[in-house]
Parts: sequence; structure tokens; C-alpha cells
Amino acid sequence: MKKPNRRFVTNLCTYLMVIIAFFVCRSMIDAGTMSRSMKGQLVPICAYIVMAISLNLTVGISGELSLGHAGFMSIGAFSGIIFAGWLRAVVPDVGNEVRLLLAILVGGVFALAAGFLIGIPVLRLRGDYLAIVTLAFGEIIRSLLNLCYFWLEGTDLRFSFGSSPDPAIKYLFNGPAGAQNVAKIPTETGFIGGFILVLVTLFVVLNLIGSRSGRAIMAARDNRIAAESVGVNITKYKMMAFTVSACLAGMAGALFGLNYSTLQSVKFNVDASIQVLVFVVLGGIGNIWGSIISAALLYVLPEMLRTFSTYRMLIYAIVLIIVMIITNLPLVRGFVTQLSNASERRRMHRDGKIRKGDAV
Amino acid sequence: MVIFLSHLVNGVSLGSVYAIIALGYSMVYGIAKMLNFAHGDVIMVGAYVCYSAIQYWGLPPFVGILLSMVVCTLLGMLIEFGAYRPLRQATSLAVLITAIGVSYLLQNVALLIWGANPKVFSSVVGFGSLTLFNGELKITSEALITIVVSVLIMVGLTLFTGKTRMGKAMRAVSEDRGAAELMGINVNRTISMTFAIGSALAAIAGVLLCSSYPALMPTTGSMPGIKAFTAAVFGGIGSIPGAMLGGILLGIIEILGKAYISTELGDALVFAVLIIILLFKPSGLLGRPEREKV
Repeated sequence: MKKPNRRFVTNLCTYLMVIIAFFVCRSMIDAGTMSRSMKGQLVPICAYIVMAISLNLTVGISGELSLGHAGFMSIGAFSGIIFAGWLRAVVPDVGNEVRLLLAILVGGVFALAAGFLIGIPVLRLRGDYLAIVTLAFGEIIRSLLNLCYFWLEGTDLRFSFGSSPDPAIKYLFNGPAGAQNVAKIPTETGFIGGFILVLVTLFVVLNLIGSRSGRAIMAARDNRIAAESVGVNITKYKMMAFTVSACLAGMAGALFGLNYSTLQSVKFNVDASIQVLVFVVLGGIGNIWGSIISAALLYVLPEMLRTFSTYRMLIYAIVLIIVMIITNLPLVRGFVTQLSNASERRRMHRDGKIRKGDAV
Repeated sequence: MVIFLSHLVNGVSLGSVYAIIALGYSMVYGIAKMLNFAHGDVIMVGAYVCYSAIQYWGLPPFVGILLSMVVCTLLGMLIEFGAYRPLRQATSLAVLITAIGVSYLLQNVALLIWGANPKVFSSVVGFGSLTLFNGELKITSEALITIVVSVLIMVGLTLFTGKTRMGKAMRAVSEDRGAAELMGINVNRTISMTFAIGSALAAIAGVLLCSSYPALMPTTGSMPGIKAFTAAVFGGIGSIPGAMLGGILLGIIEILGKAYISTELGDALVFAVLIIILLFKPSGLLGRPEREKV
């Protein structure tokens, strides 16, 4: 029998980890041992895990530093919320599951379109210039959202741009005040939806990485010129990674948005984008299961530090700096490289690729 | 026309503040090749120190400014020594995250010391405003001082990097760190010096910013920080005249956009112009295009 390769095993473990975590959480809810605040965090955690995986696709796999990922999340969130509100007016007895599913799809589609439009100018730039332009787009999206108004007249969805609000209208989306009167999805349903979304995201991203396209994306990241000279269409593959990443972020946004009854666009500012970037970097650039763990842990960390109240963000900041410094100490780095070299050598030895005493 | 002129003066004045902050960003980027996201928060610390010196300890404004410059200089060197120096060999992304950590740290320490309520910063400039066109155009003394100070800083910095030994060392390090080290330049000291100068400038910017826009909070520095970063990229990051030009243009666009188009869209307009400029000049207005070697 052919031995399963290493990537397959890692991917399998990643899926298993998510599934086990889900069932542990479910059984904790059923047993009633999960605290109320923790339960309220479940859906946002799922959303941020998806955000971290999708940003890892842009930053880790495609190698483009994006500082505007929350912008896509906000597009997904608000288009999903508005769609869900409209759907409820058109089909009053629609189930929560259907509403969530369709909202997530709509959020994904809108974010995908935005990702494509924004990708055209953004991907022409390199490095830090690309970073600042993604940041700029994130802020532009937020400013524009502050001027949008959506409301329902019967079953018709109405939209206006820039006009001052009329207090008589019950808005679905009210400019700076954000989405209001959202018929939120109950936590139980949202959590199952979030779990499925995480699995779908994993499936999409892991398969993309393993595919021909994924190898082309990574080749373009590692050496643009070399990849181009062997016929890799850089723009196409960078665009593919960017739009898929934007689409997943939009889906995460819709899931996140429908967990709250009101939601302001301030939630998706630069700080939110940076927070997701922190998850990705601490989890390990390009490392998908690392992103999942760090997103889950770091999202809950400020909550767990609540007992320290005023000091909690201070502790978070110090932890962040210390972790970055320690993981980058020459001593620690050398140790990690040595470990991975040793395991690599063992594996090659086992596979019969090298014999004892061979120079490696 | 007069109204337009007054908006223009306000724009140049705000832009000058951005320019001073952008100079710090740009110098640090040019030499340490890192995005120092904590720079905006050094501005905030500078403003708070000056506020405390004047309000709590009753010192004259001039001493307050000097004190805040000294504190920020030390703070900048401390941040560089404690947080960035251990990461000299690390990836740029790791340094970026550390800078974000430092930014959170400064904001939260400020929150603990000075509290979350906005402080009303009293202007450090004492004399009245300048009136032109029979009193129709009024230029505040803050705006005037800001513009004058930023021009002085720009001239001073250009002379410093062009003529002095340390300035030449800085340029050498930003050109090629390895080669500079081989020529006997103390790279660590040069980088430390860059942070010191950048942070001292940030202190001045903080005081000037809060003299014109008096609400002082622990998050006061973040938005101007991001705008100044934009300005630095706009003008060509790493270039001193570029930072100045980028900052002033950005200030003018922001104020005119807010006045004539929409208050909400002022910031969006700034970023939209940035995107358009970068599409046509990918390394900023005055930046040198990077050549790629295979």
C-alpha cells in the first residue's frame, strides 16, 4: 500500500481538530458547563477562524500583505444582513437555517465581486505599497458605507446614498448607525452554520493549495520572475488567491453580522484588519491549522483576561510583543530548524532516500 | 474665494502636521525597512506629556514642548532597543506585528495613566490670529506656527542628512546596510538615532496637532498616524521632500474634500487619491522606482 504523504496527514489532522473542537463545544453546551459569555463568543470565533484562514491565503500562500481584509468582511456582513432582512419580508416563514445559508452565499458573492474590482488595481503594486492600498480600500469601503441607507417598502428594497435619514422609516441599514433591527440567528444555529463554514473554508483553501493553481500561486510568491519565465500567469493566479480570499471573508462577515441585532461599520476598521493579521502571523504564515488555533485562542484571550479588567489589553499587547521576540530569537529559531531538519532526515532515512553516513 | 483661501490655509496647516509625522515614518522606513505602526502613538504620548507639563505642573508651554520632545526621544530609542532590535534578522511581517503590539501597549499605558476621557488641550501658541482682506480671511496663529515649524524642520533635516556625519551614515545605511557596516558605520547606533529624531518630530507634531484640534485621547494618534503613513507612501516612502509634499497635499485634499464634497467622504477621498497616484507612479510622487534584479 502506498504510504499517505505528509500533506495529506496534516490536512486530515486539521479537519479532525475542527470536528473534535466542534463536538466538545456542543457537548459542553448540552451539559450546560459553558458560560454564557463563552457561548456568545462561539459564532464570532468561527467567523474569525474563517477570516484568519482566508487572510492566510492572501498573506501566507500568495505572499501579499493585506491590511484591508475587514473591508471584505464588512461588505459580506452588510449585504448578508440586508438580504436576510429582505428575505424575511418576502417569505415571512423562512427558516433560520435557510436565511443564514442564503445570507452567507450573498455575502460571499458581493465580497467576491468587490475583491475582483479591488484586485485589479491593487495587484499591480508590490510589497508595502500594496499593503497601504489595501488599507486605503478598507477605509474607503467604511466611509462609503456610512453614506448608504437601505430600507424596505413592503417587500421592495429601497436604497439611498448620502441623504439624511428620515425618522419615520425603519431602516435596515442606517448609514453611520449601521445595521439595525437585524433578526439575528440563534446561537445554536449560528454555531452549526459557523462550523460548516469553517469546514468549507478549509476544504476550499487546502484543496487550492494542493492543486496546480496553488503551486502556481506559491511559485509566483517565491520568485515572481522565475515563475513568469516558466509560463505562470502571475496576474491570473494572484487574482485567484485574492478573490477567493475576499469571498471567504465576505462569508465570514455574513455569519458574524447575523449574530448581532445591531452592527456598525466601525467594527470593521483598520484595527479589525490588523487583528486578523495578528492571528495569521502568530499562527504561522502559510500554516492553516496554526491560523485556526491562534484565531480561536487570541479571540478568547481578551475575554479570559476580563478578570484583570483595565489591564487586559495591556497584557495582550505585552504577550504579543514577547511572543514575537521569543519566536524570533536566534537561539529558538536555530532550535526549531534543527528539529525540523532532524525529522526530515529521519523521514528520508525511513523512506530509503538516504543511508546512514550520507552527507545531507 | 476668501473662503477657499481659508480652507486652503487650514489644509496646508493640517498637511504640515501630517508632513512632520510622515518624515518620522519615512526616515524609519528608509533606514530600518520597517513600518513603524507605533509612530502614531508616540505622537499621542508627546501631546499628553506636554499637556501634563502645562496643566499639572504649571510649566510654561515652551518647557512643556521641550520636555515632551525629550520624553519621546527616549521613548523612541527605548522602543527600538527593546522591541525592534531583537528582531533585526526577523521577517518584516514579524516586525510589523511587534510594532502593532507596541502601539497597543502605548495606547493602554496612556489609558491607565490619563484615563479614557478626552482632555482639552489648550493651545501652546499665545498670540492672536492674522487677519487679511479687511478681516475676511482669518489665519489662526496655530496654523501659521505649524506651517513655519514644518518648513524649518524640513530644511533642518535636509541639511542634517546632507552635511553631517550622522546624516551621511543614515543615508548609507538606508542605501545598503551590509555595505555600510563593512565601511565601519555603527548600524545599531544609526538606527537608534533615526528613531530618536523621528520620535522627537512626533512629539512636535503631537503638540501642534492638539493645538489645532484640542481633544486628546489615548487613540488620538492612530488616525493621524495612518494618514501620515499614507502621506509618506504618497510622496515616495524613504524620501524627505516626498514626505513633506505628500503630507501637505494630503492635508489640502482632506480639508477641501470635507469642505466642498462631503464631510463623511473626506477620508475616503484622501485614500482614493492615494490609490490613483500609486497606479500611475507605483513608487510615489518623488520615490525612486525600484529596479528588479534576477
